[in-house]
Amino acid sequence: MLVNNGLVYLIALPLFGAALLLLSGRRADRWGHLLATALSGMSFILGAVQFYQMLGRSPENRAVSQKLFSWISVGSFNIDAGLLVDQLSICFVLLITGVGTLIHIYSIAYMDHDKDRRRFFAYLNFFIAAMLLLVMGDSYLNLYVGWEGVGLASYLLIGFWNHKPAYATASKKAFIANRVGDMGLSFAIMIAFATMGTVSFSGVKEAAEGTSQGALTAIGIMLLLAATGKSAQFPLQAWLGDAMAGPTPVSALIHAATMVTAGVYLITRSNFIFDAAPTAQLLVVIVGAITLLFGAIIGTAKDDIKKALAASTMSQIGYMVLATGLGPVGYAFAIMHLLTHGFFKAGMFLGAGSVMHGTGDEVNMRKFGGIRHFMPITFATFGLGYLAILGVPPFAGFYSKDKIIETAFYAGGIKGILIGSVALFGAALTAFYMSRVMILTFAGTPRYDINHPPHESSFLMLLPMGILAIGSVASGFLLARGEALVHWLEPLFEAHEGHGKEILPPVVISLMALAVVIIGAAIAWFKYGRGTVADTAPTDVSIFTRIARRDLLQDDFNESVFMRPGQALTRLLVKTDDVVVDGTVRGVAAAALASGSSLRSTQTGFVRSYAALIVIGAVVLIAAIWAVTL
Amino acid sequence: MNPTNYLYISALLFTIGAIGVVVRRNAIVVFMCIELMLNAANLSFVTFARINGNLDGQVVAFFTMVVAACEVVVGLAIIVTIYRSRRSASVDDASLLKR
Repeated sequence: MLVNNGLVYLIALPLFGAALLLLSGRRADRWGHLLATALSGMSFILGAVQFYQMLGRSPENRAVSQKLFSWISVGSFNIDAGLLVDQLSICFVLLITGVGTLIHIYSIAYMDHDKDRRRFFAYLNFFIAAMLLLVMGDSYLNLYVGWEGVGLASYLLIGFWNHKPAYATASKKAFIANRVGDMGLSFAIMIAFATMGTVSFSGVKEAAEGTSQGALTAIGIMLLLAATGKSAQFPLQAWLGDAMAGPTPVSALIHAATMVTAGVYLITRSNFIFDAAPTAQLLVVIVGAITLLFGAIIGTAKDDIKKALAASTMSQIGYMVLATGLGPVGYAFAIMHLLTHGFFKAGMFLGAGSVMHGTGDEVNMRKFGGIRHFMPITFATFGLGYLAILGVPPFAGFYSKDKIIETAFYAGGIKGILIGSVALFGAALTAFYMSRVMILTFAGTPRYDINHPPHESSFLMLLPMGILAIGSVASGFLLARGEALVHWLEPLFEAHEGHGKEILPPVVISLMALAVVIIGAAIAWFKYGRGTVADTAPTDVSIFTRIARRDLLQDDFNESVFMRPGQALTRLLVKTDDVVVDGTVRGVAAAALASGSSLRSTQTGFVRSYAALIVIGAVVLIAAIWAVTL
Repeated sequence: MNPTNYLYISALLFTIGAIGVVVRRNAIVVFMCIELMLNAANLSFVTFARINGNLDGQVVAFFTMVVAACEVVVGLAIIVTIYRSRRSASVDDASLLKR
């Protein structure tokens, strides 16, 4: 494998920026954001150069690596801190640094009025560095470092405005939900080390063949748990909606385009484990299918534009996870959807941020309406993202999502028909809730304060939105043309013999997908497009709507099953500690005190009484000795 | 004469001394009673030396006298000092250590 000692600079530049901005304090307030953006941009350029060099090499020689230092060296257990950039990593590197740089630019304007803008950019740079480490680590342990790093960055950025208690709670919730997933990753690493004796990707790949089915399944399930935590998949999905407490650029970068897709990366990277463990792979499919419906259903009931988009993110990542569960044939499509989703979802989030910026931080879509007249460019970029997520040809989502639905149908037997239908139904729901977002926000009659009409955002905000919109239009076509991405990623995965059984011709599935999308959008138009929309959410709604508004009771479930019993357990433990452990200590002290104070009365201070006691004592002693000897 | 009688006298003297220490308040008298007890013990030592026919008890009696002489010096000095500061030689008045 080729060695390139320049890889480390990809990570080092943004990390240096984060450290400098955090350490230099208020002095950096004036230029901190520019430096951070420039460093992120330089990282992107380095990544692009790397990509260009890879293009010039033959497929089997494309991966490059760099050994940084020997990290752990204990007896036969040796782990190097090493970097690996192969065909899969480079996709992520370009997405992270590219979208990341655009969002840095956007944030310069978006966070202009925030006095903590420097800190914000420091965290953003830290996130870029951690995320790059995640995708460039050459072993599970190196990946784990980045994995924890992005978790920390996510926590810091969700709680960026932590003077509001609800936001601070949201960041804590995200962190705790992620801890559960992180536990899965650490267990997976431990099992891999115990059974295979290595944790590097190449080592595990080689050792996977000779490892028992049970161990592989256990590793797979633990990796899946890790992925569900980071990627907000069922059953650890509850944190993503609250994560929208962070500033909108954060929602776009971390909670839509990059960090939440880390789970998909993990599963794709571990393809050799999942391919050898069908049970774990089936679970991946099930988790993906449940989540894509779960997110879509929540999305239909949300009035908060960012939470609707968050639910949509959850659902779209569900599609990706579903695709990764379909085996070698699905990995490339998962990555393709991940890349196109990175473009259109980040673009839509930035659009939502632009709308919020123009309306005085309003997020309730029922207070919008007819905004397209005031924000035409935002409307245009958001609209292109909307068409892309719906999967309207020839926009990006058409190429990626249709492929996933198609692959799901071809998975074979009842399973194929079942998950194919779920994916298709999810597409209809997606069309419904995204149309709802579009109509409520940009169409219809104004429902905001007429005296303060919305205003279009500044150029620095519109530029990234425009570039992402171009990506939403073109990325699908570029990646799918001649199956470019599929062939690009081919060397990483086990060879597979074409599609599964084609139960329907691809064009029929595409037409079906298009039909359900049109139906979904039409229902949204009939429900919201005609007539007026109430500016407060109606309360006399069915039980299903109410459940969907409460996020399908995810928080109620977590609260009643985990939080309340957990609190009861901790209360019990505290009480035990209080009564048993502390009680013993306090009891000893109390006994000593009590005996002391009762004996104190014998200390009268009178010499004569002491003398009398000595005499009595001596007499008793002598009498006792006498009695014994007689 | 039967040496056991000396032991009876010794016990009698010791008892008088002990009672004196417990019941009398004047420090000088208490001190004298302590001396009485020491001498009662000395009498016992000498008697036991006589009974056993060796000199061990007599040697110990000498030691006791030396210690008693030292004790008298220190004890009287303390009593005089207390008397000077408190204008009283009553042992019950010197009960400040309990506080």
